[in-house]
Amino acid sequence: MAKYVTKRIIYMIITLFLIASFTFFLMKMLPGSPISSAPKLTPEQLAVVEAKYGLDKPLPEQYLQYLGNMVKLDFGVSFQFKGADVTQLIINRAGPSFQLGIQALVLGTLIGIILGMIAALKQNTVWDYGSTLIAIFGLSIPSFVFATLLQYWVGVKWELLPVALWKNGFSSSIMPTIALAIGPLATAARFVRTEMVEVLSSDYILLAKAKGASRFEIAFKHAFRNALIPLITVMGPLAAGLVTGSLVVEQIFAIPGIGEQFVKSINMNDFPIIMGTTMFYSFLLIVIIFIVDILYGIIDPRIRLAGGTK
Amino acid sequence: MEKILEVKDLELSFHTFAGEVKAIRGVNFDLEKGETLAIVGESGSGKSVTTKAIMRLLSENNTEYKNGQILFNGKDILKLSEKEMQKIRGKDISMIFQDPMTSLNPTMTIGKQIMEPILKHQNVSKDEAKKKAIELLQLVGMPKPELRIKQYPHQFSGGQRQRIVIAIALACNPHILIADEPTTALDVTIQAQILELMKSLQKKINTSIIFITHDLGVVANVADRVAVMYGGKIVEIGTVDEIFYNPQHPYTWGLLSSMPSLDIKDEKLYAIPGTPPDLLSPPKGDAFALRSEYAMQIDLEENPPFFKVSDTHYAATWLLHPDAPQVEPPATIVERMKQFPGSRYYTGTIGGTNK
Repeated sequence: MAKYVTKRIIYMIITLFLIASFTFFLMKMLPGSPISSAPKLTPEQLAVVEAKYGLDKPLPEQYLQYLGNMVKLDFGVSFQFKGADVTQLIINRAGPSFQLGIQALVLGTLIGIILGMIAALKQNTVWDYGSTLIAIFGLSIPSFVFATLLQYWVGVKWELLPVALWKNGFSSSIMPTIALAIGPLATAARFVRTEMVEVLSSDYILLAKAKGASRFEIAFKHAFRNALIPLITVMGPLAAGLVTGSLVVEQIFAIPGIGEQFVKSINMNDFPIIMGTTMFYSFLLIVIIFIVDILYGIIDPRIRLAGGTK
Repeated sequence: MEKILEVKDLELSFHTFAGEVKAIRGVNFDLEKGETLAIVGESGSGKSVTTKAIMRLLSENNTEYKNGQILFNGKDILKLSEKEMQKIRGKDISMIFQDPMTSLNPTMTIGKQIMEPILKHQNVSKDEAKKKAIELLQLVGMPKPELRIKQYPHQFSGGQRQRIVIAIALACNPHILIADEPTTALDVTIQAQILELMKSLQKKINTSIIFITHDLGVVANVADRVAVMYGGKIVEIGTVDEIFYNPQHPYTWGLLSSMPSLDIKDEKLYAIPGTPPDLLSPPKGDAFALRSEYAMQIDLEENPPFFKVSDTHYAATWLLHPDAPQVEPPATIVERMKQFPGSRYYTGTIGGTNK
């Protein structure tokens, strides 16, 4: 196990390095710079500003310096917010995004699993069709449509929850969480249903039944764990979708999250923040994928062995 | 002998999109204490369905029990509720399935899987159940059971897994053990080991076995009695000697002729022509008539009743009717019948009407 984890961590570092290099050079290939949109600077003033931010040095040197700073978790200083430390900015902004992402992930997968289980156990009944319907809606309607509908009905018409902003603590997070959770909920429901139906028709379920196990025991002791394996596979991308999908939802609910800041920074050509946020997202994703792989092994003993336990 | 199981006039259908499939069309047989009954027949003949009906393992959604009774110790299983049925499954009647590679839960240790029926049906603690599971593994010939109990199915070979499945089936000393082609998925050497194991275990715990197979070699090895199924019916039933050496139904002749044999010089392997009947619209008369070269007009029109050959031997073919013409079975069958006292071809010294 330890050997496997070390191997994975080395791979993770290599991946991060590649992403960092790639985005760095992509950034440099973009036309314009944060200063180019600044009003009327003389060439001399421009040179001074560029020198201040180290933009006048040759590209390889900038790159090496950037990498060196990154190792120390120093992403430089923001261009748009005067002198603000990017690392600090990301940390401050990550809180709400993180909270939303995790709440949505937990809510979505939990309800999704429950819906999927009900659908599979009550196959071809109203329950099944109902859960399928919810899943289809969830998959086909984008989260921002849900977000605006929620805002209109729950926030404006019924005045149950705050319409937007991040000021009322938990109650502010309810609507964005629901809007974000719809997608993973639908995916989980579909996956769990399909898998459960397949698992329930397998030989070992018949054997469990032949042992005298009740319907409940068959569903939860035997089928559930086996049905979860493919769900875990899609959970990685699903969690990733939550992090990136939150860009739009954060905008709609005016949440001071990292997504909102990311979009703004792209518009402003704020290189340090773009780079920092990209690295932050990448890091999150890689960690999620790593966790998923570990979970995989916990749920499925066959993979545990293949992963090199012994 | 005491009858432990009686199947009477069992008829059942599956409702499918294509219509009603009359999978079992009037099956009758008994099972006695301690005996092994083999049910043979080709795919789709209803042998698996019959045994799954005994355990009520068929999907309740599309299966309709149309007629008949399944009496277990005199109690009709078809009338029991699902809850009552759960108390019988795995305790009084248990089952071994065909493919050991798929019949164990891949994410559960085999120890847990063996302990499950013990904990379910016997009032014992977890530790006792574990001890029992280790004993069972020892019984089925698994080396180092204390260690292996913590392992998962993928860490065992096919033959070992079938031993585990057998251990699970025997966990509560069932009265009836149903083995649904338990050796089909195994290679020949392992097959022999598993058969030997089953025979020795049967003696130890004195259980009755219903053994489903299409391998007649296996039948000769394990069975006391044989029921031949075709098109959802039993067409011939008798002791293993009666079926092998004095078969009466043309389908049994076909089955026996298509068994490869070492002592017959003819190298061409016989195959029964045609395909099994479509049970969506089962034939009116003898289901085998259309594939049989011995079919008479009446075979196409009326279902043959069981004719008694001996006290233990019955066959459903019009050929046994007193008015039916004498027909000559295939040469290989005649060869077999020559060895059986009581057959009309018997060449031995006691009786017989050899021509």
